[in-house]
Amino acid sequence: MSSPLQAFTNGIYKENPTFRLLLGMCPTIAASMAVSNGIGMGLAATFVLMGSNLIISLLRSVIPSEIRIPCYIVVIATFVTIVDLVMNAFLPQLHAVLGVFVPLIVVNCIILARAEAFASKNGPGASIMDGLGMGIGFTLALIVLSAIREPLATGVVLAAADFGFDGIRLFPQRYAMAIVNQPVGGFITLGLAIGAVNLITAKKKNKGSRGAQGGAGK
Amino acid sequence: MADSKLIVTPAPHIRGNIDTPSLMRDVVIALLPACLAGVYFFGGKALISLVAGVAGCVGAEFVFERMSKKPVTIGDWSAVVTGLLIAMVLPPHVPAWIVVLSGVFAIGIVKLLFGGLGYNVFNPALAGRAFATAAWSALAATGYIWPASAQGAAWARGIDAVTSATPLTLLKMGEIGGTSMSRFYMPLFLGNVAGSLGETSALALLIGAVYLLWRTHISLRIPMSYIITVAVVTALYGQDPLFHVLSGGLILGAFFMATDYVTSPINAKGQVIFGIGCGVLTALIRLFGGYPEGVAYSILIMNAAVPMIDRFARPKRFGEVKARA
Repeated sequence: MSSPLQAFTNGIYKENPTFRLLLGMCPTIAASMAVSNGIGMGLAATFVLMGSNLIISLLRSVIPSEIRIPCYIVVIATFVTIVDLVMNAFLPQLHAVLGVFVPLIVVNCIILARAEAFASKNGPGASIMDGLGMGIGFTLALIVLSAIREPLATGVVLAAADFGFDGIRLFPQRYAMAIVNQPVGGFITLGLAIGAVNLITAKKKNKGSRGAQGGAGK
Repeated sequence: MADSKLIVTPAPHIRGNIDTPSLMRDVVIALLPACLAGVYFFGGKALISLVAGVAGCVGAEFVFERMSKKPVTIGDWSAVVTGLLIAMVLPPHVPAWIVVLSGVFAIGIVKLLFGGLGYNVFNPALAGRAFATAAWSALAATGYIWPASAQGAAWARGIDAVTSATPLTLLKMGEIGGTSMSRFYMPLFLGNVAGSLGETSALALLIGAVYLLWRTHISLRIPMSYIITVAVVTALYGQDPLFHVLSGGLILGAFFMATDYVTSPINAKGQVIFGIGCGVLTALIRLFGGYPEGVAYSILIMNAAVPMIDRFARPKRFGEVKARA
């Protein structure tokens, strides 16, 4: 129904899983505490999305619709296991920080939602591009959130334990706001970021249709 | 209120000449004795804190309303009240930038994002304090000091390391409370103890509360049900009720924050339920919780329950009968 390129760009802004569809809130809050965590979680989810979208799209005529969810979960779990083991082998520190949230990618609703809403109805080419677009959209959202949260909470940005990089210190530790690292701070940051994205979207729309009473600005 | 033409209650109506600015000005006047007591006991640093709180709140309100192209409402004095209260519920020696940022959080996130004055679910000043203590817990905790005129060490019975602890912290740690507490009543009543900037002096707070009561801006329902509940629960648990009433932020919270029009129930029955709920939570936090003091959190928790209380305490319509099952 849509071209692969459309499927790709769709996930990055127009249907960004985090900011527009509000999917996968739990890993968003957990993995956006540091930029390196955000990138790691985002790329892991991207890999799983592409793989599961491809396989589910190929199998879409074989899977009986009554038991499609268990079938999707088996496919997704396979790719999550690959990511889990690879990350544990090559990025042990990141794996330790993300902890249970890596295996929990299985139940990340972005992946199941794309399997259900896209891959089960579209060809493998478009599905893999949809997975890539959604995954990159998710990664970008995590980078935006963690780029706000990490410096506010620790005073350091871009710390990555796996590469032995302590990050760039922007201000001393004593000024850091510990609350931003907690789920509360995560949700407040997420709310403000969604508000900002809505504001930008509304402004764009207003520009497109001038004269319409702009109810935006919230 | 700008759109006072919208009248939702049935006639007859009496029109008063009280508007938001005059009301908020009266609250500021009522807070002044406690502010002065704070400056008297904790020195010039307290004055800086108060100025920082007001500057942070009024500045944030001005900047955020300009940014969102809304009418600027700093003229209604409500941001001044929030600013004073934030400084008063934070420790006196907390760095000024924390007070400013708490004010920015209280006004920007807790008040304006929820729609401004009249729409905020939570008391902005208390939410600001909760934010500050969660964000910079170490800095906020070390901000407590004893007034120069008080003998903090005497309270702690020779333990020098706890001189920055408040009376409630000492009680929690078991430093005091073994013997009769009556020797603490007078310093607690006057405010000659460690504590948040504006909460220590019960006398000064009560002077302000009497002014608000005389101007009929607040009623005794919430403060009395709140304070009596704390006294009863602590007495039932075998602790000195008068000590609990006079210490911590109870009097400040009960008279000036739990009575906030926006975040408390509308009618009398609901207000009493609200006060009792605050009292039970405060007593539970003090007696069994991890924190020595629970006034701020209990009022915030009860703020969240206000819509539900309003629902339950809705008065019966004339002629209404209970629906049969």
